[in-house]
Amino acid sequence: MTKKLTPLIEWGTLLLTTGLVCFFLLAILWDLISKGSSSLSWAFISTSPTDGMTKGGILPAIIGTVLLTLITALIAAPFGICCAIYLNEYAADSWLTRIIRASIRNLAGVPSIIYGLFGLALFVQGLQMGTSLFAAGLTLGLLSMPYIIITTEEALRRVPNSMREAALAVGATQFESIRDVVLPSAVPGMLTGLVLTLSRAAGETAPILFTGVAFYINKPAGYLNQEFMALPYHLYMLSTQHQATEQVRPLAYGTALVLIIVVFFLNLSAFYIRYQHSKHE
Amino acid sequence: MSKTHIKLSATAAKLWFGNKQVLKSVNVAFPQNKITALIGPSGCGKSTLLRCFNRMHDLSADVMIEGDFLLEDQTLYNGKLSATEVRRRIGMVFQQANPFPKSIYDNINYGLQINNIPKDQRPGIIENALKESYIWDEVKDDLQKPATRLSGGQQQRLCIARAVALRPEVILMDEPCSALDPISTAKIEELILRLKKDYTIVIVTHNMQQAQRIADQTIFMYLGEIIESGNTKQIFKKPVNELTKNYVKGHFG
Ligand SMILES: Nc1ncnc2c1ncn2[C@@H]1O[C@H](COP(=O)(O)OP(=O)(O)OP(=O)(O)O)[C@@H](O)[C@H]1O
Ligand SMILES: [Mg+2]
Repeated sequence: MTKKLTPLIEWGTLLLTTGLVCFFLLAILWDLISKGSSSLSWAFISTSPTDGMTKGGILPAIIGTVLLTLITALIAAPFGICCAIYLNEYAADSWLTRIIRASIRNLAGVPSIIYGLFGLALFVQGLQMGTSLFAAGLTLGLLSMPYIIITTEEALRRVPNSMREAALAVGATQFESIRDVVLPSAVPGMLTGLVLTLSRAAGETAPILFTGVAFYINKPAGYLNQEFMALPYHLYMLSTQHQATEQVRPLAYGTALVLIIVVFFLNLSAFYIRYQHSKHE
Repeated sequence: MSKTHIKLSATAAKLWFGNKQVLKSVNVAFPQNKITALIGPSGCGKSTLLRCFNRMHDLSADVMIEGDFLLEDQTLYNGKLSATEVRRRIGMVFQQANPFPKSIYDNINYGLQINNIPKDQRPGIIENALKESYIWDEVKDDLQKPATRLSGGQQQRLCIARAVALRPEVILMDEPCSALDPISTAKIEELILRLKKDYTIVIVTHNMQQAQRIADQTIFMYLGEIIESGNTKQIFKKPVNELTKNYVKGHFG
């Protein structure tokens, strides 16, 4: 009797938790789509806000977020990946590497507002960049680096040693074995980590708060040395700080939906690269 | 060339993993164009010894190696030969087939590319290596197929092709048939026997019949030491040492 029941209970629990997670996900999506889709239009994503944010689109915020994410990726990915390669492939297992690894894990747990303050002190004031897109991108890059290091190292660790040995055995140097065999095998895992990290960075508000984001700019968007608008901050301002929050609520939902779509495209591109990759294996 | 020309040898080879000594003053010599079988119970250090010869321990941090390892008269460690040069001249086939996650063609091409073999020669070398390894007929129609989709036995023969394509002087084989069925095993044994005329072969095996079928010379190892070595017939029919006798009769290991 119990023999028959236990698997059923195990199966049921797992199904229930999975269902619950999916339910919340769908509920959020449904809420966003039902309330935000009415304000989505070509004009909404291709024009600037007008009339004190109550009308018009969110183009500058879209450009701001896309560029910000790009800068973050350009800064965090190369450094993070090189660091992970060093730690996993070259560094000996000494107390020093263990300390470095532990520090990186701790950095990943530092609240993002702390990064914001650090970015303010270092980039904005220390290096005199002023509040700007570039300073905010650097700050987000710093925030993302520990995640990229951790996920890349994880992906490298999953490449079996027999692959490294196979490359060495045909006369490859260690560098060649990493470049030609280890890294290509690790690409799908690295990509997943990268995209999750960037998705998170794209939605961050705290680190860019002091380093460059602005509620409204009336200049063309996209200059590295100027303040910029960003989707998450725009959303935050519309829903809490605007003098007519009720009136702009649909715009806020629209902004949220656009943010989700931007992140979705990011994931889609990673999915596509992984798919191309698996076809060639 | 005299019959007992020694191609590869180790003198007083000692190896430690951390502070655990795994090889205790091992002396071995592998004659040219002969097949030498390394036998012994699990954990006695056969793989460890084999991997010394193509410097596969280089990557592990806590390994210490002592002794003289010679290819012809050149020392493998700390001499004129670089690690990559050693590995090109001493090929290896691993216990688990480990093709690259690339196409069949690229699996062999990669080694050629790394070793700067001219582009126009590569297709010929690849075809030849696949033929030598008895896998050509099975793969010739789809060389672009991912190697990981081959069967285990085909993968192992591809790995042998990958090794022979570089024209090494010695091929080290670590239990190349341990994961294979009798038919694939027979194919690989036949292949090894054919390769003998061009290469010096060292093969680790747990299969006593296999050692007797293919090896000219057999070396019995136990707990990191060479207990007995000699002509395969003698080792199996008239072992001198008591341990060897028990092992080849299947009483332990
Ligand atoms: N990387 C390593 N670190 C520490 N000890 C190791 C390592 N590799 C092997 N050893 C130890 O060295 C000894 C010899 O191992 P080895 O793999 O050479 O045995 P083997 O004769 O090939 O055995 P098998 O027939 O099972 O393959 C074993 O006791 C093993 O535990
Ligand atoms: Mg072994």
